Amino acid sequence: MLEAIIYSLPYLMGGLGMTLLVSLIVVALSLVAGVVLGVGLIYGPLPLRLLIRLLTDCVRGIPILVLIFAVYYGLPPLGLNLSSFWAAVLALTLFKTAQVIEYVRGAVSSIPGGQMEAAKSIGLIFSQRLRYVIFPQAIRRFLPPWINGVTDAVKGSALVSLLGVVDLMTAINQVIGRTYEAMPLYVAGALIYFAINYSLSSMSRLLERRFAYIKE
Amino acid sequence: MSAPPLLQIARLTKSFGMIQVLKSVDLDVAAGEVVTVIGPSGSGKTTLLRCVNFLEAYDGGSIKIDGREVGYVDSAGGKKRSEVDLASMRAETGMVFQSFNLFPHLTAEENVMLGPRRVLKKPLNEAREIARHWLDRVGLAHKAKSLPSELSGGQQQRVGIARAVALGPKILLLDEITSALDPELVNEVLDVVRQLAADGMTMMIVTHEIGFARDASDRIVFMTDGTISAQGSPDALMAQVSDNERLRNFLSRFSATTH
Repeated sequence: MLEAIIYSLPYLMGGLGMTLLVSLIVVALSLVAGVVLGVGLIYGPLPLRLLIRLLTDCVRGIPILVLIFAVYYGLPPLGLNLSSFWAAVLALTLFKTAQVIEYVRGAVSSIPGGQMEAAKSIGLIFSQRLRYVIFPQAIRRFLPPWINGVTDAVKGSALVSLLGVVDLMTAINQVIGRTYEAMPLYVAGALIYFAINYSLSSMSRLLERRFAYIKE
Repeated sequence: MSAPPLLQIARLTKSFGMIQVLKSVDLDVAAGEVVTVIGPSGSGKTTLLRCVNFLEAYDGGSIKIDGREVGYVDSAGGKKRSEVDLASMRAETGMVFQSFNLFPHLTAEENVMLGPRRVLKKPLNEAREIARHWLDRVGLAHKAKSLPSELSGGQQQRVGIARAVALGPKILLLDEITSALDPELVNEVLDVVRQLAADGMTMMIVTHEIGFARDASDRIVFMTDGTISAQGSPDALMAQVSDNERLRNFLSRFSATTH
């Protein structure tokens, strides 16, 4: 078994690179989009709030599998031709963004309203109020679910294999196709996913301790 | 001819939905004057105060500080001032809150520094100097590095006052600043306010501390049902007690609950 795993490792590394790349892009894009739209959902004018609410409800109500195929097959007729890589990344990003919006909403609305008022009263403009007063307090509540979501993104990135993108999961299946040794390869794959996500959740615990000094 | 009042409130109206909270309030506050607003709960005194720095948008009438309309470009209900404009006007009106509202992630010193640093754009060292100066004035120089959660209520509120005055406001608004405090902590906060008054700070104070209102203010304003029903120097107001039944009731209920 160990022999089979060692034999497969060079092949798996390429797939692992793709898994990490997809995860990184999805996590980064969804973080930026989710924070912007999350702030819009809380502080924006009513039409914008309704629009964002509609978007998140739709995206969260659709299975991610359906979302991936909808983007892949649905966008070309609209004149947008994406490679399977970017179609998969876009679908996963949409899905993740809807989650990040909810994390942001939850974290920011947990801050008492008096904080915003105090920040207004000393003359801070909106962006400064967010940067110096609201976000530093909200981050403590944002981090735990978000890092949880990052590990989900790493695991969920395996779905890009559906569109033929060669990620870790595809690489595993390809090696199995040659060696017919399924069990050792799946064990190896599980160990790699576990190693990534275990380091992420360890980091999460570290960060939570780092921000734990904030008391109300 | 005397200088125009620093704060001019004229025919001010404000409704929350169907309920009209302020019904045509007129009030002028001269520079250096300490005006205390008293009145039963729901009389609109806190709303009045919150309109002055536009934490509440008013519906009608006008509020002017140094001749400039607060919140709106021309007149109430019209175009609101830009975010930057609003912020710079708010920096000229310090506010201290009933529930302190200190920033819990920042030390006492950082709470006070934030305005000078980010609004007045002072260099770091200068902002820290300003913060140290005001923390010293409120008797908390030794707590500069403490987080709000490590301070007593009275200490937190004194930091709140330091934070508000650190911007050098033209007028200081105090919204029931001792209502959330244990009785034995009230005086250390009121002492700070007395000192500021002695230094000539213009203040508008909403309070339930009638004794404090009598000995610290130049003028007391008595509000009921969204209007000013009596006002005058503390002595002049007390002289009106026999004529004004609501004022009499309010004050008697007060002494009944405090003694």
